[in-house]
Amino acid sequence: MLEAKGITLRLGRAEVLRGVDFFARAGDVTAIAGPNGSGKTSLMRVLTGEAPLPGRARLNGLDVARTAPGRLAGLRAVLPQAVQVAFPFTLREIVAMGHEAGEAAGQGGVVEAALAAVDLADKAHRPLPELSGGEQSRGHLARALAQVWEPVGPSGPRWLFLDEPVAALDIAHQLQVMRRARAFADAGGGVVAVMHDLNLTAMFADRLVLMAGGRVLAEGAPADVLRDEVLEATYGCRLRANAVPSFGPWVLPQAVAV
Amino acid sequence: MADVPVLPDALRGPWLRPDGLTLALVALVAGVSVLSLGSGAAGVPLSRVLPALAGIEALDRRDAVILWDIRLPRLAMGLLVGAALAVAGGLMQGLFRNPLADPGLVGVGAGAGLGAVLTIVLGGSLGAWAGPALVPMAAFAGGWAVTMLLARIATRAGRTSVATLLLAGIAIGALAGAATGVLVFLADDTQLRDLTFWSMGSLAGASWVKLAAAAPLILAVLALAPRLGRGLDALALGEAAAQHMGVPVERTKRLAILATAAAAGAAVALSGGIAFVGIVVPHLLRLASGPGHRMLLPRAALLGGALLAAADIVARGIVAPAELPIGVVTAVLGAPVFLWILLRRAGTGAI
Repeated sequence: MLEAKGITLRLGRAEVLRGVDFFARAGDVTAIAGPNGSGKTSLMRVLTGEAPLPGRARLNGLDVARTAPGRLAGLRAVLPQAVQVAFPFTLREIVAMGHEAGEAAGQGGVVEAALAAVDLADKAHRPLPELSGGEQSRGHLARALAQVWEPVGPSGPRWLFLDEPVAALDIAHQLQVMRRARAFADAGGGVVAVMHDLNLTAMFADRLVLMAGGRVLAEGAPADVLRDEVLEATYGCRLRANAVPSFGPWVLPQAVAV
Repeated sequence: MADVPVLPDALRGPWLRPDGLTLALVALVAGVSVLSLGSGAAGVPLSRVLPALAGIEALDRRDAVILWDIRLPRLAMGLLVGAALAVAGGLMQGLFRNPLADPGLVGVGAGAGLGAVLTIVLGGSLGAWAGPALVPMAAFAGGWAVTMLLARIATRAGRTSVATLLLAGIAIGALAGAATGVLVFLADDTQLRDLTFWSMGSLAGASWVKLAAAAPLILAVLALAPRLGRGLDALALGEAAAQHMGVPVERTKRLAILATAAAAGAAVALSGGIAFVGIVVPHLLRLASGPGHRMLLPRAALLGGALLAAADIVARGIVAPAELPIGVVTAVLGAPVFLWILLRRAGTGAI
């Protein structure tokens, strides 16, 4: 269980989070969506301990702000929006770094399996800066997977925090990554993902938390949250759920079996 | 392909693994050491050095003094100073996430220089009291003071900003340089000569006494540095990512800064300003075997030591019986390599 209560966060003079309550259950994929600047990433930073607010966020019962980084690293892995790697580490070295940070460090084969899970087994020995943006993004996902390889560990469910995990990916890899997250949750782990793609969110998430202006505007099952008036209030533009346009081509991944 | 542990646990982790490159570096250190002990203006030839060291052959009194009291401490100082500079460079580069960082960049060198110049120009009677250890002690104190000041400036609410550290280091380095300039202006001719030689670096003043003062500090840094390796590797992905991977980021940064100040300060104190070893050695090793700091830092100690000891052989040999300041030799050999690295990086758009 991940719980956060009354989160208010200031960055300089701006109040980026105003009294946000948030929870996520292990076994669920919990999506956070909302317009740019609504506070999604700031919320992630509090939930992962990057912006420490003592007593405000608890993961598996532990106060995130007061738990040692090494202990947290065994419980949860984080995929940030973008990572700049300063030195030409190989993809394999990067994924191994994640694996060494987890509780199963040293277990054979995990690094290779994580690379295979994101379709990058054949690029293991390439320096990361030489890979494409999407490949680097998947490489970092493999690093996070290798860190919390088993969805449930000795001290309870493990967690994946994914900040826009599919933003840089082609549609095939978007589906592959979301399936991977779904499988992690189905096996008992917890997944919290910041998402911009509402269709993929509807396909794969159990709960959707919509944010705007540093507050939670709506939360619940995607089918309940993705309603016209809620979407218009959140994004500030006209939107219609489940209305098929009569012009132009469209491609719906929902049309094929998940 | 699974990872098969091929070594007992005691040999894994941060310590140097005995692979090909490491063995080659150890051989390089050994070879340079023997050459260094056997070369010099006054003759204890190479053929007699090893038997003498092994205790097989007895040297006459004069040769024994040359070997044990002049060449050995000089070699030890070259190896230690080279190792300290290279490891300090590797630590700075990891900390700043920049392959071109160097202890000189954050003002440690300028602070140490100011300490030394202060005592050379204004020391006077102090020098008579404290003896030959005065200049090294002052240099060390100067480097240390600058580091502490920087850490204070760059730390807000328990977090150290690396960018502030770097910029403040440049500013304080410039101030220390200006103060040094004033002192140079005040100096008389003899002091100017001392200053010039000190600022270009030399191993000529090597003695067991000086080594005893600085060696423990350098050896402690050499032992600590590889233990910071995992943290520095993770920091290459940024502070947030490192924290998510369980690295105590603030502690790692602070230890890396202190270790750099200790190693660079002790090195400058022993031998004056020696350029380029700190930048070039870690860079060469990164090109040879990848950027992982756990391997890089101990290997940098070996290669840095070997390079400085080799530069000392050149410094002593090329204009014998006089000798060049060793900083001149490292700069002449190091600057073209550095330029080559810069051009290569510029070509790939990495700068």
